[in-house]
Amino acid sequence: MNWKRGAAGFAIALAVIALLAYGLTVNPRAIPSPLPGTAAPVFALPSMEAVDTVDLRALRGSVVVLNFWASWCVPCRVEHGDLVAAAEKFQSRGVQFLGLIYQDSPRNARAFLRELGETNYPSLLDQGTRTAISYGVTGVPETFVIDQDGTVVFKQNGPITVDQLAAVIEPLLAETPQERASAAHGAGGQ
Amino acid sequence: MKTRLRSVLTALVIASCCTVTAGVAAQAPTPPDSAALEATVRELASELRCPVCQGLSIQDSPSELAQSMRALIREQIMAGKTPEEVRAHFVAGYGEWVLLRPRARGFNLAVYILPVLALLAGAILIVVLARRWSARTGEATAGTSAPTDDPDLAAWDELVPRN
Repeated sequence: MNWKRGAAGFAIALAVIALLAYGLTVNPRAIPSPLPGTAAPVFALPSMEAVDTVDLRALRGSVVVLNFWASWCVPCRVEHGDLVAAAEKFQSRGVQFLGLIYQDSPRNARAFLRELGETNYPSLLDQGTRTAISYGVTGVPETFVIDQDGTVVFKQNGPITVDQLAAVIEPLLAETPQERASAAHGAGGQ
Repeated sequence: MKTRLRSVLTALVIASCCTVTAGVAAQAPTPPDSAALEATVRELASELRCPVCQGLSIQDSPSELAQSMRALIREQIMAGKTPEEVRAHFVAGYGEWVLLRPRARGFNLAVYILPVLALLAGAILIVVLARRWSARTGEATAGTSAPTDDPDLAAWDELVPRN
């Protein structure tokens, strides 16, 4: 009778400890993004120079790299060179790079580009942070890669590198959707 | 006669007042509407978690992102979206993480069930222990005091069972 009761108490204590231990393994600051694998939220935003509007729907058919940044963001300085280099490398192959300015004034954003080097792609003004909210942006920099079908395939919090972008973009460019499917099938079978 | 006239006059005055008030309310439907709108926005904002804070709703957070989010909620409600649609918009971007009140399904159920279970277990524990203690006290009393010879207490002995 007594050892049974002890075993029951031990089992309950173990269950509670297991639950709490699981809680310790979870990072309370990490916000898991539901976006990869879903359709990219559409937007039509004016560029910083206000000369034209970029509509994401018009870019269907090409790979799009979306980079949320701000002049007040220190890690954005780290990744700036990589973004420019990646854009140089991939824009000739039909990849569209877009900057989205997050909670910043166009004046400061322009000063940032003058200081660190102009980008060879447009940066868009996100009035009222609407687009950033629809992409679940929590801070800058955040980078999204959208495939030819308008699906988000990749999301990165924090500075990104040329190699990381290449690893995501190359497979999207290398093959047509059919070939990609068969390649994925072949890879799965091996 | 005079009092009657007065009451008729009073009724007329009240009636005209009501008509005027109703007329004003009909001309400007915005004040009550905007109050309801603000209430809806507040309610929704207090259900959504601020992504750049620690355990704050976007209603309670002064951060720039939370301000933008509140503005977005207001805008969407004004555009005729239901609270459920607005909630879904935020969940689409930030996942269920953004809901301060998790949906009661899957692993989330633990949040709803465990406190009730713990409360029940505690209540059962108290009842069981209280019974055992009272029984033990009964035993102890039974051990020390033999049935009395006092005729006045004999009836009491019959009433109170001893183990």
